[in-house]
Amino acid sequence: MTVNELVRECSFDVICLADGDREVKGCYIGDLLSWVMGRAREDNAWITIMSNINVVAVASLSDVSCVILAEGVTLDDEVKAVAESKGINVLCSQSPIFETALAVSGKV
Amino acid sequence: MSDELVFHFDIDGEDFTSAGQASVQIKKNLRQLGLPSEIIRRVSIAMYEGEINMVVHARGGKADVIVREDCIEIRLADSGPGIKNIEQAMQEGFSTASDEVRSLGFGAGMGLPNMKRYTDEMHIDSTVGVGTTVTMKVYFPVE
Ligand SMILES: Nc1ncnc2c1ncn2[C@@H]1O[C@H](COP(=O)(O)OP(=O)(O)OP(=O)(O)O)[C@@H](O)[C@H]1O
Ligand SMILES: [Mg+2]
Repeated sequence: MTVNELVRECSFDVICLADGDREVKGCYIGDLLSWVMGRAREDNAWITIMSNINVVAVASLSDVSCVILAEGVTLDDEVKAVAESKGINVLCSQSPIFETALAVSGKV
Repeated sequence: MSDELVFHFDIDGEDFTSAGQASVQIKKNLRQLGLPSEIIRRVSIAMYEGEINMVVHARGGKADVIVREDCIEIRLADSGPGIKNIEQAMQEGFSTASDEVRSLGFGAGMGLPNMKRYTDEMHIDSTVGVGTTVTMKVYFPVE
């Protein structure tokens, strides 16, 4: 399923959608950035509650297809601008991490 | 020696909220060279972990990425406090990161293990009070 389709199916909010046609394959959940870099796979959706600028770098370096911020977490305008310039897809889920993961489950 | 390509970066140790820019830049450079995406991913993640370490543990440093015929070499050098016990530092979960660094999502003690995992060769040279040099190599797959 593509990021666009995931947004629609799970009713996520869009924070920035740089490449909505990108395919999502699998999912990784975590807030500790070195764990994410060690364990997340290319094209995963990454669910986290972290929202600082380093999240953008980690998303870019680990080639995840999108970042899903759980618990209604959003990005500062400055961080959002960097995410846009780096071509990172960032979505927002109003639900806690577990419910967010359940929503994604079976779709990617 | 003939076809080496060297990218050099000075890593600023002042602002660790926005650290990692050299690694993001290197990823772009390697993409422009048309290298295999898996190689680029391994190199840029390993470099990012090392870059962050230099910023949060060693007040910055220098990074060189050398693209050769058969491999990519990453050299990171700092004049920070050095690592007292390298074997201990290499263990998953070992970290001396401050609370401030941890609040940004670092400090899991997984950086050095990731660098080892994503590269084919890794060597740490460190002297307490003098600094740390980390050298890593990722080889291109042979057809
Ligand atoms: N360049 C360096 N200079 C001085 N000490 C270092 C350096 N790099 C690593 N260390 C030491 O080794 C420890 C382990 O490093 P490692 O990268 O594995 O974990 P971390 O940086 O603490 O956390 P993480 O990388 O998961 O965010 C660090 O906490 C620090 O004590
Ligand atoms: Mg580290």
